[in-house]
Amino acid sequence: MTEPILELKDVKTTVKTADGQVVPILKGINLKINTGDFITIIGTNGAGKSTLFNTIAGNLRVTSGQVMHNGEDITKLPEEKRTKFISRVFQDPKLGTAPRMTVAENMLLATKRGMRRPLLLRKLKQKMPDFIEMAKTMNNGLENRMNTFVGGLSGGQRQALSFLMATITKPDILLLDEHTAALDPHTSQNLLTVTDQKIKQDKLTALMITHHMEDALKYGNRLLVLKDGQVKADIRQDQKQKLHVADLYDFFED
Amino acid sequence: MNLVVSAIGQGLLWALLGLGLYLTFRILNFADMTVEGTFPLGAAVAVACISKQMNPYLSTLMALLAGMLAGLITGLLYTKGKIPILLAGILTMTAIYSVNLRIMGGSNISLLGKKTLFTNQFLHSLPQYFDSVILGLIVVIIITLLLIFFLKTDYGQAFIATGDNPVMAKSLGIHTDSMVIVGLMLSNGIVALCGALIAQNNGYADINMGIGTIVIALASIIIGEVAFGELTLNQRLMAVSLGSIIYRLILLAVLQLGFSANDLNLISSIVLAICMMLPQLEKIINIKQPIMKGVKKHD
Repeated sequence: MTEPILELKDVKTTVKTADGQVVPILKGINLKINTGDFITIIGTNGAGKSTLFNTIAGNLRVTSGQVMHNGEDITKLPEEKRTKFISRVFQDPKLGTAPRMTVAENMLLATKRGMRRPLLLRKLKQKMPDFIEMAKTMNNGLENRMNTFVGGLSGGQRQALSFLMATITKPDILLLDEHTAALDPHTSQNLLTVTDQKIKQDKLTALMITHHMEDALKYGNRLLVLKDGQVKADIRQDQKQKLHVADLYDFFED
Repeated sequence: MNLVVSAIGQGLLWALLGLGLYLTFRILNFADMTVEGTFPLGAAVAVACISKQMNPYLSTLMALLAGMLAGLITGLLYTKGKIPILLAGILTMTAIYSVNLRIMGGSNISLLGKKTLFTNQFLHSLPQYFDSVILGLIVVIIITLLLIFFLKTDYGQAFIATGDNPVMAKSLGIHTDSMVIVGLMLSNGIVALCGALIAQNNGYADINMGIGTIVIALASIIIGEVAFGELTLNQRLMAVSLGSIIYRLILLAVLQLGFSANDLNLISSIVLAICMMLPQLEKIINIKQPIMKGVKKHD
């Protein structure tokens, strides 16, 4: 049995509300993520899905428990250092890209994710042909807008760029936080298809939060149901295939 | 004619102020009040060093380093101390006032009879006021080229990204805190350099010479943007210097109308306020096009 690429051991987190009360969010999460897993995550609002991502990405500290990466304890590793092996696409297209920089400049930034950024010329022109090829895989005309400021792109193109940037340097873990939720149904489907292709092609390990039960069943090899800060169900490939949307709703019944 | 040459020379020397502030105001996206303190700090350090018989080049370098130190302090207060940037800048600025009095040992010192960057045989051989034009041009070109290079490096791109979208920058592993600190150091270093040059040009340093510097710096930036419109980043940096010259020419025109030098801060603020309100005014009346035409005709 090989080491899981990421493991959460009894992870608990709390937040402080405006009136000073300490509220538990994650209440003891145990999770082993293996290389090549594509896990879809569903759960009601407040179940702790985003908190789980924040804990993995490192911009939220755990109150107790451990986060392990390839068997190494990274519980105290700051967010910037974790970017060497973790990348993330946010729900809001505005969060994942720099609006006053061009598409190509944004991609260039992403090629150095988690790496040293030296005081040497960026050599954007030499990298342009590669960038154009990569942009073509997004299937939405992004390759024709390489020198456009990202602020001028449509939400769909902007989010496709965020996704491209998150995968441009292969991450150990890819976190997709409802990354198609802000898009119209057609654009959303296109990005999901591209996402699925890319994950298969590059053999990425990914976690995807979604509110669409159909998508949760259609994509990935594993399904996680979060409820009230705990893993309510962890469904593997063979069982997952037999499930229907109606079965998923049963998980939320109490 | 002499007055116009003088205005251009002043515009070039003061352009450094705009270039320095550009790094924080336009790239990191906040207003750094520290510059009101670092400008006279640069002047004080340079003049104090020169009056202690230090080489003027070395003295100017000392001024630059002093400015960077001030930027470092504001940066630490803001990023590590979590003090809002406006207040962090005001704190440093206020503290520098006392430091400046210590450095100068009084509220002003003169450079009478001392060797400065301007006491140079070549510069002396030029017609009146051309010394500041030439020296200003050299320094502005060097600083602009260095900034252009800096912003085109991988490091500089990360710096731009920090100001543009800090959440994204962090998620790409950029240490946004260090970027902000480096930006404040560079910015204040350049502003102090500007103070050092102005003091040597004027022949004295004065404790109150910092009042209004942020408005002058912003005026250069905004006038450059209003006058030249959509530009690339490199062109924008050059536009700052041109904006600074235009601003001096506007002041010259206003003085010719009979206003006194005491009115300058009032006029500066009015000019800046008008420029910053242009986008709003434009919504009400289509004012920009006639102005742009006016600018182009005279070109």
